[in-house]
Amino acid sequence: MKTLSLLILTVIAGAVMFVSAAAAQVTDWKQIPIPTLPTFRPKEPKRIELQNGMVIFLTEDHELPLIDGIARIRGGSREEPANKAGLVQLYGETWRTGGTKNQTGDQLDDFLEARAARVETGGGTDSTTIGWSCLKEDLDDVFKVFLDVLRDPAFRPDKLDLAQKEAIDAISRRNDNPLQIAARQAAKLAYGADNPYVREPEYSSIAAVQQQDLMSWHKQHLYPNYIILGITGDFDSAQMEARLRQAFGSWAKGPAWRNPHIEFHPAQPAYYLVDKKDVNQSNIRMVGLGTTRDNPDYYAIEVFNYAFGGGFSSRLFQDIRTRRGLAYAVGGGIGTAFDHPGLLQMRLGTKSGTTVEALQALYQVIDDVQKHPIDEAEMKRAKDAILNSFIFNFDTPEKVLRERMAYEFYGYTADFLERYRAGVEKVTIADVARVAAKYLHKEQFPVLVVGNSSEFDKPLSALGPVVPVNTSIPPPSGGKKPAALERGNERKH
Amino acid sequence: MNSHRIRILAVLFLLPTLAVAQDLATFEKHATLNKLPNGLTVVIYERPEAPVFSFFTHVDVGSVQDPLNKTGLAHMFEHMAFKGTEKIGTTNYAAEKVALQKVEEAYSIYLRERDKRLDRDESKLKQLEKAWRDAIAEANKYVKPNEFGQIVEAEGGEGMNAFTNHDETAYHYSFPANRLELWAYLESERFLQPVMRQFYDERNVVIEERRMRTDSNPIGRLLEQFQTAAFQASEYHRPTVGWMSDLNSFSATDADKFFQEYYVPSNMVIGLAGNVKPAEAMPIIEKYLGRLPAHGKPDERNTVEPPQKSERRVVLQEMSQPLYIEGYHRPDYLSKDDAVYDAIADLMSNGRTSRLYRALVRDKKIASDSAGFTGLPGNKYPHLFAFYAFPIPGHKPEEMEQAIRAEIERLKKEDVTDEELKMIKTRARATLVRGLSDNAGLAQQLAFYQARYGDWRELFRSVDRLEKVGKEDIRRVANQTFTQENRTVGIIETAVETGDGKGDAQ
Repeated sequence: MKTLSLLILTVIAGAVMFVSAAAAQVTDWKQIPIPTLPTFRPKEPKRIELQNGMVIFLTEDHELPLIDGIARIRGGSREEPANKAGLVQLYGETWRTGGTKNQTGDQLDDFLEARAARVETGGGTDSTTIGWSCLKEDLDDVFKVFLDVLRDPAFRPDKLDLAQKEAIDAISRRNDNPLQIAARQAAKLAYGADNPYVREPEYSSIAAVQQQDLMSWHKQHLYPNYIILGITGDFDSAQMEARLRQAFGSWAKGPAWRNPHIEFHPAQPAYYLVDKKDVNQSNIRMVGLGTTRDNPDYYAIEVFNYAFGGGFSSRLFQDIRTRRGLAYAVGGGIGTAFDHPGLLQMRLGTKSGTTVEALQALYQVIDDVQKHPIDEAEMKRAKDAILNSFIFNFDTPEKVLRERMAYEFYGYTADFLERYRAGVEKVTIADVARVAAKYLHKEQFPVLVVGNSSEFDKPLSALGPVVPVNTSIPPPSGGKKPAALERGNERKH
Repeated sequence: MNSHRIRILAVLFLLPTLAVAQDLATFEKHATLNKLPNGLTVVIYERPEAPVFSFFTHVDVGSVQDPLNKTGLAHMFEHMAFKGTEKIGTTNYAAEKVALQKVEEAYSIYLRERDKRLDRDESKLKQLEKAWRDAIAEANKYVKPNEFGQIVEAEGGEGMNAFTNHDETAYHYSFPANRLELWAYLESERFLQPVMRQFYDERNVVIEERRMRTDSNPIGRLLEQFQTAAFQASEYHRPTVGWMSDLNSFSATDADKFFQEYYVPSNMVIGLAGNVKPAEAMPIIEKYLGRLPAHGKPDERNTVEPPQKSERRVVLQEMSQPLYIEGYHRPDYLSKDDAVYDAIADLMSNGRTSRLYRALVRDKKIASDSAGFTGLPGNKYPHLFAFYAFPIPGHKPEEMEQAIRAEIERLKKEDVTDEELKMIKTRARATLVRGLSDNAGLAQQLAFYQARYGDWRELFRSVDRLEKVGKEDIRRVANQTFTQENRTVGIIETAVETGDGKGDAQ
């Protein structure tokens, strides 16, 4: 029976093969023709700068009957006081849930959900956001809500309390997932434990935030010259511009914006151990300071990162994952950010019993990239990957808008993406080797291991000094502790 | 009675229904369905905005089809589908083939000794293991590691990845539009002649994936135990990633057999969306993917979960914060009540107006998050409708249980309001529209609906079906489904520390 069906199969397969004999001729993927990609100029957003300094970007996109807008406002958690860490997070939540002078947050929920629309706010490290999304026909209604939340939020105390409870819950859970611990502690090692980019909210700092703090934050940051607003969707730009000018044109300008001064102090090189009994895999992070994207090294770094720790072809993936089978998740590179040093990081997860082995393998890969720098073929693959996929940076109007808003926010030129392409094209082997030598100093990098030390193949001390990291969550400082915590604390220690 | 209600409904929802129908009509103009002679189905949605396209290859095989004692094999094959072919990833396939055959022989001899119950010879075992590892080293000499992925990346592939779940396996990425032929070639080669090279190293990678997702994560541990408890007969009781002992046993030969049986064109649907002209693309697709040999659809039979007779409970003591989940058996996605379950999930969970958010988070202030959802662990076969809640500090899983139960009772006893019902339906329509703006998402949706319903238009009809859900349907289905004997409960309780811990789990 089985043989018979096999026979029939062979016949059918043979027939199909015969029909497409031409295809069978192709024996090498390199023979496949690749026509020139038609030039594609994405629609540039229309930039409008109001007299009061507010910057607006408009991109019409008539494919679907939707209109989305998002405003990014200067100022974020990196500027909040340390003893109120979490303020901007609570602000970002309560801004919307606390409702406006005219309507409670719950009323807004009902109003918007009935239209499948959204108006949402949020707090980030360097900015806060407020945005909407709606069907075209609901724009009048939804834009009104957007304006109301933008200008007249009430920050009702019951919603601040709710946001605090959620924040406290998140703090209580922050050590439950080893990946989350690793990400957090690695950033602290690279930037310094007190650095505002990595500072964490604690029970006491969350409890310290009051309604007045949210109101003050709002008052100090809601100025048109701190706002970049981007809108995309099915609208007419002239009408939209008129609407926005009417809404925002008479708004008085605030004082000039000044960025905060922030210092970065990486930890001393050592093996920092978060000992966790309930895992059978170690999360390893080797970290240092990266750089900014206006650094002339940026393009060489991008090429290096791809070849070293980016894709399937990268050295880290090839060696640690494919050749040695030591990790599922592995990668890394010299991180960059627009206005502060990115996180330089090598990361992997390996079973407890190969922790030291994997670390040594990681050191070898780093040594090797100095001794045998990225070669022509690797560089070509990396550049090809970056340049051939370049179109995916701007293949939708939303992406183009998002990029433009970021350049505006960080003071980069509007043609940053075009410069990026040109910059990557010009990178040479020598450039790549130079940045590898300049940024990768493994003897200076602190190493974090989140794992079960009793199962390690060798103690970490075989490699160097070990510093235990205490991740226990500080109980609320004396006096008023949030009621929600009272029973939770009984379970600690 | 019933027809009266339906008429009122029809009037009430005439406008949205029309709007969706109109969307479908416009949409249809850009979509084409093609079936190749070998049984492969291709759905193309032409969206010419930018010169890029995305594809989604849906294979109708998931971990439910893992053979006995070989859990994790479907997922393992998915990893192997990135390892190259007879032409890609090798310096000399003829020699590599011989070497790989030797690996398999050495492995099977090693396994026979390793798995002996009695009289296992440890020194012989060591030798056999060495022989197997030597054979691997020999075969690895011919490998050009990760060449398949390298080609895709260097040619501008974006978002290359794949996933396996209980119901299906899928492969996807996006390419610049001028690489359509290259894509067709690569995708056909991958499923025409995949080579199981570096299998045992990749198996270790998969084992690390299990450690990451399940073993070292308390929620992963709970979900695995919970699912295993809820399903006793159905293949849904097995984890997709596989049990550790199976992962340490199955072979490249097993993976190849699995491939031969399930990766046949009649079992595959490809969705393409973007700058792809069907008239130009189809001959190319046929030229390459037409090469996959035709084969009947594999055996679809699986074990049907018998009705549950009593409540089941799984309680884990963990060094982590608590969690509560409960699940109820429900029929598969083709059930006539499928849309009713969707309506219940939306009503209970979607956004700040949802019932669970309002009850547990906003009003009772006992949870930081709570929702109900359907499709655990899949939906192709009878599965679970589940509810969960994360208690905030100071509150216990039992309180979550009571509060969720109170909301379920409300569903059973009271009709939902007109406003709620209208909101669910409006939201479904908006969600559909929002999903149409993205090539990758579109390719996935089209392939999925075509594979599951035999017609991609069901993507739109699913909204129509939701439009027809009435208040009495919700009460009826809630009463039928959410019963004590049909329930499985999963709980994480915070373990009391034994004293040696230095607060590491706090």
